[in-house]
Amino acid sequence: MNSETRHLTFSNAPREQNLITMLWEIQRRDGWISGANVKALAEILNMSPLDVDETVSFYHFFRSTPSGKHQIYLCDSVIARMNGYEDVRAALERETGARFGGLSGDGLFGLEDTPCVGLSDQEPAMMIDDVVFTRLTPESVSDIVAQLRTGKAPADIANPSGYNSGTLDYVNTIVASNIRNRGPIFFKPMRDYHAVLQGVLARHPIEIIEEITASKLRGRGGAGFLTGLKWRLANEADGAEKFIICNADEGEPGTFKDRVLLTRSPGDVLIGMAVAAFAVGARSGILYLRAEYRYLKDYLERQIGEFREAGLLGADILGSGFTFDIRIQMGAGAYICGDETALIESCEGKRGTPRVKPPYPIQAGYQGMPTVVNNVETFAAVSRIVEEGGRWFASMGTDKSSGTRLLSVSGDCARPGIYEIEWGMRLDEVLAMVGASRPMAVQVSGPSGECVSAAKDGGRVFCYGDLSCNGSLMIFDESRDLLGIVRHFMDFFVEESCGICTPCRSGCVDMRAKVDRVIAGTAAQQDLDDCDNWGKLMRSTSRCGLGTTAAKPILTTMKSFPELYRDRLTAGDGPLLPSFDLKKALQGHEDAFQVLVKETH
Amino acid sequence: MATKLSIDGKEISASEGETLIDVAADNGVYIPSLCYMRGRPCLGTCRVCSVVVNGSIMPACTVRISGDMVVEVAKPEVADMRKALVEANFSEGNHNCPSCEKSGRCELQAVAYEVEMVVSRFPYRFPERERDQAARLIFLERDRCIFCQRCVEFVRDRETGRKIFSIHGRGTHARIDIDVELADRMPPEQAREAAEMCPVGCIIEKGRGYNDPIGKRKFDIRSIRERALEEDNK
Repeated sequence: MNSETRHLTFSNAPREQNLITMLWEIQRRDGWISGANVKALAEILNMSPLDVDETVSFYHFFRSTPSGKHQIYLCDSVIARMNGYEDVRAALERETGARFGGLSGDGLFGLEDTPCVGLSDQEPAMMIDDVVFTRLTPESVSDIVAQLRTGKAPADIANPSGYNSGTLDYVNTIVASNIRNRGPIFFKPMRDYHAVLQGVLARHPIEIIEEITASKLRGRGGAGFLTGLKWRLANEADGAEKFIICNADEGEPGTFKDRVLLTRSPGDVLIGMAVAAFAVGARSGILYLRAEYRYLKDYLERQIGEFREAGLLGADILGSGFTFDIRIQMGAGAYICGDETALIESCEGKRGTPRVKPPYPIQAGYQGMPTVVNNVETFAAVSRIVEEGGRWFASMGTDKSSGTRLLSVSGDCARPGIYEIEWGMRLDEVLAMVGASRPMAVQVSGPSGECVSAAKDGGRVFCYGDLSCNGSLMIFDESRDLLGIVRHFMDFFVEESCGICTPCRSGCVDMRAKVDRVIAGTAAQQDLDDCDNWGKLMRSTSRCGLGTTAAKPILTTMKSFPELYRDRLTAGDGPLLPSFDLKKALQGHEDAFQVLVKETH
Repeated sequence: MATKLSIDGKEISASEGETLIDVAADNGVYIPSLCYMRGRPCLGTCRVCSVVVNGSIMPACTVRISGDMVVEVAKPEVADMRKALVEANFSEGNHNCPSCEKSGRCELQAVAYEVEMVVSRFPYRFPERERDQAARLIFLERDRCIFCQRCVEFVRDRETGRKIFSIHGRGTHARIDIDVELADRMPPEQAREAAEMCPVGCIIEKGRGYNDPIGKRKFDIRSIRERALEEDNK
């Protein structure tokens, strides 16, 4: 047992709820989490070592084998692949001497792929230790690796001016925000948070909920649940304690708006959380930050600290008697934690497995208490609604989809970045605005959303009744291999499925195999019919949103681009399925025969 | 509070808050399941008990009775989904019923008969999974694990409450594990309980197998359907 593990100081949340924080501390100290440390933690927490391993092995960024001095995670996303991922990958292997999935001989470097890191506006990108490097080229990779070899820390390379990691300058140096337009709601400079919060605290919580209800704000995470209704139910729920959680586990490939909100308007988000806490009667809040955004942590901690000092967070806020504070919980690499109940499990130090519903978080969430989980953008919008009024917000957008929303635009366009659009805008208007060139397909809401045709669907409208975009908008021009993209998305779901329920665990793999058949030219009409039926099975019977949407890359491209599939079908001849490889099936016999022949000679 | 609901058009009285799968069984409607155990918390992992409730498909083990529910169990579309989910469990692992110690006592096999499965519609994967025989009284035949989570949730060390079984990894890479030290502290009756709780032949008692001849095995004597429907009369 590692004696030091016993003496690590952990924050004051209940110990078992802190398992992920503890694991991070060990990994940051040792570079990995050894069996001895797992045992030590298990003793501290009265768990079996394998119970600790359940959590360790669930998260992509926790390592149970020794890592390189610098563990490099290169983003392998569809957008990265459109921007030179392959060359950068080769350069990394060449310069470090390591292969992907392994370590360099000198133990200096480890290389791994990782899914979308929230930098689709500046791919290719990679994470090294606490920082990220963007717009990579083989040349820049060679330079970065050379500097690392001289003993320079990654943070010093990414931040040559030496800004303090708690400052906006530091974050801006590492990652560009790329805000492309100015809308009425987000990124307002110089806001007077003191006045906003004072205005809220002078009113009754129910009035605040009514204000939010009047705004018709719907959750910006994707599902679009009415925020006012969620808060009212949480307000009415019984619980010794209540919690507010901000979902900053922005994992949907192609999305990065929350990254930019947390960079440029963290105060909007913190105030939004405080407003929610006041409205439902919560005293504690958690900001669940995805591990990919680790470089934002010190900055956000400082923001929270400054809010405390200004009396906007903490005990007796602005002398009102209302108490609310926020802690940051780091994620550890799991797309599924974007699901609110999986996120709550993760906050409790467990595997990020979605819970069986009911009960819903507003009834029994974090620690079994009523919990409001909202998206970063939702909280930021709230901070503006309480300032300008619910009616003001509802006057924008459409009747059922009020206000504006942020789009993270990436792919084949002149100006990738963040756009604030009013709900009700047409797809072709958005494509023109972002400078899309010869667009063929648009992936709305990431892999879990819909792939639409730029030619046929230009008149479709961004709103909850039509294109209910969760913020991710990826544009593919006519030169792109759409089936390859579909294959990549299915790979993503196979890797990210938590495996708790049969249809998702099993279906993702089976559906991916179907795409492979189509690409290989061995698919028959029967395979496409299977896709329809199995996709329906996954949608109808999976436990959470991952499983219910995981077939959509295939199903929505089959709908929008049927010719892509039709043109590759084969009729086959004879009694065998065209996908049946007779030679491969008999290979075992052939191998055994060869061995026997060798033995007899 | 008493309320009424209909299952496949049949009017049924029940209490609000009761679990749909239980209410159905009490009223002669069998809904197959692989993870649910009556009287224990719902696991909601296998999804084999999926039925239509007020037009939406949901697993009956997660549904609490509330006023005027319209439930469809026999609807061909959802019956085929249940069958598909059973088939998916067969193709994900390696299930060779004729040679399995659990044959005739296996819930997966029994439920497959109930849903009239012949062959899986999904491609068989023939995964390579390593057996774990380190514990004294039981071993894990991982080929057959369907990740129902029964053992993970319901079998605990009696002294400390710690988990004895756990899942390593996630998704299609997941693996059932056993804490040998804790497993070896299980009294024989607890080890047997764990093996019997396993709905497939993954947790197997050492030194015991093929005890009952064909025709006299658990589900030969009384089918899984009969057992589910007669739960109250046991």
